[in-house]
Amino acid sequence: MSDLMKVSSNPHVRSKTGTSSIMLAVVIALLPAAGFGIYNFGLGALITIVVTVASTVLTELIFEKVCKKKVTIGDYSAVVTGLLLALNLPVSAPWWIGVVGGVFAILVVKMLFGGLGQNFMNPALGARCFLLISFTSIMTNFDCDAYTGATPLADLKNGVDVNILNMVIGKTAGTIGETSMIAIVIGACFLILMGVIDLRIPGSYIVSFVIFISIFGGHGLDGAYISAHLAGGGLMLGAFFMATDYVTRPVTRNGQYLFGILLGILTGIFRIFGPSAEGVSYAIIIGNLLVPLIEKITLPKAFGKGGEKA
Amino acid sequence: MAKLTFHGGIHPYDGKELSKDKPIREVLPKGDLVYPLSQHIGAPAKPIVEKGDHVLTGQKIAEAGGFVSAPIYATVSGTVKSIEPKRVVTGDSVMSIIIENDGLYDEVEYPAVKPLEEMTKEEIIERIKEAGIVGMGGAGFPTHVKLSPKEPEKIDYVIANCAECEPYLTSDYRRMIEEPEKLVKGLKVSLQLFENARGILAVEDNKPDCIAILKKLTKDEPRISVKALRTKYPQGAERQIIYAATGRAINSTMLPADAGCVVNNVDTIVAIYHAIYEGKPLMHRIVTVTGDAVADPQNFIVRIGTNYHELVEEAGGFKKDPVKIISGGPMMGFGIFDLDVPTTKTASALLCLTQDDVSRMEPGPCINCGRCVEACPSRLVPNMLATYAEHYEEEAFVALEGLECVECGCCSFVCPAKRPLTQSIKSMRKIQLAKKKK
Repeated sequence: MSDLMKVSSNPHVRSKTGTSSIMLAVVIALLPAAGFGIYNFGLGALITIVVTVASTVLTELIFEKVCKKKVTIGDYSAVVTGLLLALNLPVSAPWWIGVVGGVFAILVVKMLFGGLGQNFMNPALGARCFLLISFTSIMTNFDCDAYTGATPLADLKNGVDVNILNMVIGKTAGTIGETSMIAIVIGACFLILMGVIDLRIPGSYIVSFVIFISIFGGHGLDGAYISAHLAGGGLMLGAFFMATDYVTRPVTRNGQYLFGILLGILTGIFRIFGPSAEGVSYAIIIGNLLVPLIEKITLPKAFGKGGEKA
Repeated sequence: MAKLTFHGGIHPYDGKELSKDKPIREVLPKGDLVYPLSQHIGAPAKPIVEKGDHVLTGQKIAEAGGFVSAPIYATVSGTVKSIEPKRVVTGDSVMSIIIENDGLYDEVEYPAVKPLEEMTKEEIIERIKEAGIVGMGGAGFPTHVKLSPKEPEKIDYVIANCAECEPYLTSDYRRMIEEPEKLVKGLKVSLQLFENARGILAVEDNKPDCIAILKKLTKDEPRISVKALRTKYPQGAERQIIYAATGRAINSTMLPADAGCVVNNVDTIVAIYHAIYEGKPLMHRIVTVTGDAVADPQNFIVRIGTNYHELVEEAGGFKKDPVKIISGGPMMGFGIFDLDVPTTKTASALLCLTQDDVSRMEPGPCINCGRCVEACPSRLVPNMLATYAEHYEEEAFVALEGLECVECGCCSFVCPAKRPLTQSIKSMRKIQLAKKKK
């Protein structure tokens, strides 16, 4: 008892949840989508996933070694970025696409802005958009052993009939992890149960998107058309796994609803009026850029200030 | 309208099972007793004894240093050894009266008491003031000031804060189980002061036994009701308990009286009982001595001034080496260097832990997860406030309502990056409040 005790400011206890346990939960939640991608597209998908994840993790490690910074790959955030990016690549893309994307995501979007928590846009989406612009033909070529031709969303845009059941299950062309609505929703349910995400952003995103395409899609309240839009493309993966990225979404409650609505409208505009069938990635990136402004106008009123009287 | 709960809050491990079934036991001090002159908010008390004086148990040894202040009484008989600065739980050195205990516990003759019904309001408040009663939940605000609002007729509710939401603490719980009549009678004193008020015993619903006892005891009391509040930390924070019990919301610039409420905690109300019904000044309090380092966790009735060493000894000493010792609960208590500090009027617990989460968990960067925003009972954005505080951006801090923080610790508790959010916000608040005073 001669030793002095440790002293610190209150509180003296901390919850068990840590950054790494949250990131690990996200990795686990992405496994159903990744697993289905491998089942759907074959071994090529597995190789893309492994190469992309390795490149994001190694980029972070090397950057931190070179800059003599604390190594942070143990927080699994680089794994999340790599996995998300891989799930957003077509299986036909050559292996170096994953490497280029992985390096861009971590080096340019994340580390150069100060590392975890400092990036202003989702690293995986930033890299995907970079690849889409730079290597358009590779990134939009969805031909593979299992499927040839366009994605169901492109078919939908061109007025070709689509099989909605296959879209929900995921037996369609597309990027590795986006095709199966079921697999994505299973992962999302896990995250919701674990308290990692809530329905504020995905809910307001999907609802506002449905309202938008009902009004402007030219099909009115056509259930089949709306279902195809929901199950097709990157909407589910984007709404549950990328729009909910902590760092790049508003921290305020009302801001999260506003953010979701904004994404729904932007996605609707891009999908219906844009040249490409897709629009989720760009919608989320633009949303990311508006986050500081959204937070500014949605700051909560402090308890007991104004309004609330007996 | 009672809401029975509030926005935000957390559910930490509550540790109450360690000590909740241990009946209150009296501890008699062996060594010297130390009475810091500042055991309350407001002006320090002024000593009225000198070195070498012989004092009796219950004798006033320091008088109030102003209206917002409180006198201090000797809790043993003996000799004044010295008046010198002594370290207290906050780590500060505070001028203190030190009394050598003669072990005889010779008592003064306490002033005669009148039946409550025959006392005037002025007499009641004077008696409470003279008894040196302060808020014993932790804040230490002199009780007679609380009971003297500008417009007493506008007080609608007198709330007994029986939430005891801090983890590990069981002192109020034991008091409610063992001496509920004192609590109810003490509450009636406040009801006599405020004719238009109704009394509310606000208990968290993790104490169903207390709720049952208090309901039974007050079934013939038309002015008193028992409210079962949902268990959540910090349900016992003043603003939160007012909201949960009455639906009224106050902010940092308001007093409970502005919302027609007066709030006192269990031990304070029992102290009022002793002052009014027995004529005794505040000399004791219940301290829960607990934590995984303590051999035999206990609830002690302790004479104020008793050294913490003695309390740990009475609880069987340490079974494992403690790494962290906290005076108070784990959420809002004070970490102390060692046990050589006295029990004060506001010390509700002595918590000895074999693990220190704070030093064990290294802070990382904020990932903006929003858990602090969800947990904040004051509806603030703690991650932004802490960043402004760390960067010393005063205007942004104040504009974002940083002064509304109640320092409950929820944000630091939930933070997955283990950032010391509360600490940063608290430091900046202190600076800003000091500037405001100037």
